[in-house]
Amino acid sequence: MKGSERRADDFQSRREHLKNMTDEQLKDYFWQLTEKVVDPLLELARTHTTPSVERSVLLRMGFSSLEAKPLVEGAIDRGLIGHGTGNVIYRIAKEKNISIREAGLALIEGKFWDDAVTMFKGGNR
Amino acid sequence: MTIKATEKLDIRAIISDLESYAPKRRGWTWRKPAPGLKLGPFEYADCSEPLKNGIGIPCDIQYFGNLDPQPLNSITTEIASGRFEDDIRRMRMAAWHGADHIMVIRTAGQSHFDGLIEGSPQGIGGIPITRKQVRAHRKALDMIEEEVGRHINYHSYVSGVAGPDVAVMFAEEGVNGAHQDPQYNVLYRNVNMVRSFIDAAESKSLMAWADMAQIDGAHNANATAREAWKVMPELIVQHAINSKYSEKVGMKRENICLSTVPPSASPAPALKFDLPYAVALRDFFEGYRMRAQMNTKYITSSSREATVTHVLNMMISKLTSADIQSTITPDEGRNVPWHVYNIEACDTAKQTFVGMDALMDMVELKSEGFLRETARELKERAVLYMEEILEVGGYFEAVEKGFFVDSAKYPERNGDGIARKIDGGVGAGAVFKREADYMAPVTAHYGYNNLEQYGAEFVGAPSKLIDGCTLEDRSKIVYINELDENDNVDKRIEEVAKYYDTNVIKPEVQWLADGVVTIDLFLPTSKRKAEFAAIEFAKKMNLTDVEVIHLEVMHPAEGTRVQVKGVVGFELDLDKLEIPPEPEVLSDEEIRAIIEEKPMLLVAATVGEDEHSVGMREIIDIKHGGIEKYGIEVEYLGTSVPVEKLVDAAIELNADGILASTIISHDDVHYKNMKKLHEYAIEKGVRDKLCLAAGGTQVTPEIARKNGMDEGFGRGTKGVNLATFLVKCREEKQK
Repeated sequence: MKGSERRADDFQSRREHLKNMTDEQLKDYFWQLTEKVVDPLLELARTHTTPSVERSVLLRMGFSSLEAKPLVEGAIDRGLIGHGTGNVIYRIAKEKNISIREAGLALIEGKFWDDAVTMFKGGNR
Repeated sequence: MTIKATEKLDIRAIISDLESYAPKRRGWTWRKPAPGLKLGPFEYADCSEPLKNGIGIPCDIQYFGNLDPQPLNSITTEIASGRFEDDIRRMRMAAWHGADHIMVIRTAGQSHFDGLIEGSPQGIGGIPITRKQVRAHRKALDMIEEEVGRHINYHSYVSGVAGPDVAVMFAEEGVNGAHQDPQYNVLYRNVNMVRSFIDAAESKSLMAWADMAQIDGAHNANATAREAWKVMPELIVQHAINSKYSEKVGMKRENICLSTVPPSASPAPALKFDLPYAVALRDFFEGYRMRAQMNTKYITSSSREATVTHVLNMMISKLTSADIQSTITPDEGRNVPWHVYNIEACDTAKQTFVGMDALMDMVELKSEGFLRETARELKERAVLYMEEILEVGGYFEAVEKGFFVDSAKYPERNGDGIARKIDGGVGAGAVFKREADYMAPVTAHYGYNNLEQYGAEFVGAPSKLIDGCTLEDRSKIVYINELDENDNVDKRIEEVAKYYDTNVIKPEVQWLADGVVTIDLFLPTSKRKAEFAAIEFAKKMNLTDVEVIHLEVMHPAEGTRVQVKGVVGFELDLDKLEIPPEPEVLSDEEIRAIIEEKPMLLVAATVGEDEHSVGMREIIDIKHGGIEKYGIEVEYLGTSVPVEKLVDAAIELNADGILASTIISHDDVHYKNMKKLHEYAIEKGVRDKLCLAAGGTQVTPEIARKNGMDEGFGRGTKGVNLATFLVKCREEKQK
């Protein structure tokens, strides 16, 4: 996809406010601006998740890549991903008194999803 | 498993038992500086600790006995053959030549694969990065680093729509470095930008845990832009966004490496662009690391030209700084890298840096004038760029407006940048807000994680909830061997099993027994005719799959240089090959004793119309390990000496033998002179008494003997070879 409009080089007029800065001031200013650019991106990452973030959590919980995928898809399909797919598995394991892996494998087989929906959407622990 | 220098790696043993293999360590290792290092006759200022086993550059081997000084910078080699099993052998060769950063290129298309790829399928232009492949490579490198005596960093890519998946696997498998830059996903892989940044935070958090070095993706803007030297302000901006983002996620500054490329190349006055840019970057990015990538934007099929560009690039590295010196193989402009070019590139880097050792103790960059003014201008342009990103509402809005990869020098704009939609691209819409009770019970997870709901003791230790995650307990990792019963390493090895199991060999450039060879021709005709003629020549040499890989006009009418590749259709059984035994050499002590008992006198000269004297002086001179050191006396008559004069002198001095040096080989004049020498000695009645030896770079011993010499000596001859021959020859003659 093509981008912005054309513009002639107006560096000389744009730089007016920079030209009296020392090198050190210019550098500090550059990094202040950079922080302003990245801070909202970091906040977005802090407060959101994605299928690959969730899969990476499940890999760390001891599921294979083949298992992580349907678990995350299952959580998305039931509107549970926002609670954390790992959280869903953890709560099911606790509730049913089974291991994390047993809980995950059962969910892959389609079991316990209704319980999970009740647990999280019902709002009680 | 240990390995011996004289034995090939057992690839099949490496890929067996992978399910139980654990990497020896994690994290990046920098070279250990060795200031004041003394090797042979030299002292070095900027070198690192030498290798236990390694191969120096050819000059080092021939003249200095393999000192092999190692520069301070980590040296990268990029390997991408499509078959990871063949890459293992190349890694070992590269490590011996000085690479301590092995970068494995991913197969085309992996960045759009939504999850981990498993098993060992074949790749295109790289390999599918899988747990099995990574584990096999790390296992092989764990052995190779023992062999060379230096840690080797293994590196691949954390990008695409499965970045965090890959990052977990890398952290678990001891990968030491990775490319990670969400901007790369957005601009070049059209992955949705929101998702890219969310994923990147998780990936970086994992990389920080694993103490991996990170390399950003800014160099791609240089390779993509129409006029690469104009994107310098943008490159500074891209570096800054990724660096600051990474740091704020929790990565150590010293693990954040800028992938910086000198943006121009000769015939541009390259240093005028590249040096101020390099200075500007180092001014702004204090404390971060520099990974100096080489310019690939202007690479062509000429490997010579690529090598010169890269040497000039390393000049910039030396004049400023480079923690990691990347090497692009000089054949990258025409194919995916071949074995020998990885080695050439490593040698080029080593040769160049060692040659420039202590340069900055002698020169310094000017503190005013063009260099500093241009650097300042670039920095101001970058600041203005960053200001405008904020003015339009932030990073996403700037991307939507096509700010990036515009071919003009900012603030000028050509309107040809790459624009992406905030809700477009691969993986769009797959972003979810974390609810108040969002929780992930694992280590190195980034962002909001409500652990309080399960108890205060889990805050800061999320994986305690599940008694440790895979980052604490490897036994929880689920290893998948293969998913495809046809496309896998076992099948590939089976197809070439003969070459694994017997002494039958074929030439190769990247895969075992691929049969590819290159031929280099000069054809006395114009370019287009030469191109098609070269193909015919190669076909008549019985090559198949013939392709011209390089064409260069020497003169529009007089001739063209052509490089052609093709496949040879036959193989050789080494067991049936007749190889003459290596010449026997006497020990220094034995030779000295014989000469002491019975002195030896020789006459020597370069014969014919030939002014070369270096080779002869080397073989005689005591300083170069020549035969004088055994007490042999040599009457040196000089250069361009007629053969008659040599024989006459030998008679007059009652010498034991004659040494004739013959370098010029046009029209076989060197062999003709040998024959003449032999015949004149017969004529004078002294042939039975004199030992006649001829040497030179183009001399083949067998042919020298056919032309009447008692022995011929070619390239690589040492004093001890000649002295051994002389002692034995005299013994023979006196029987």
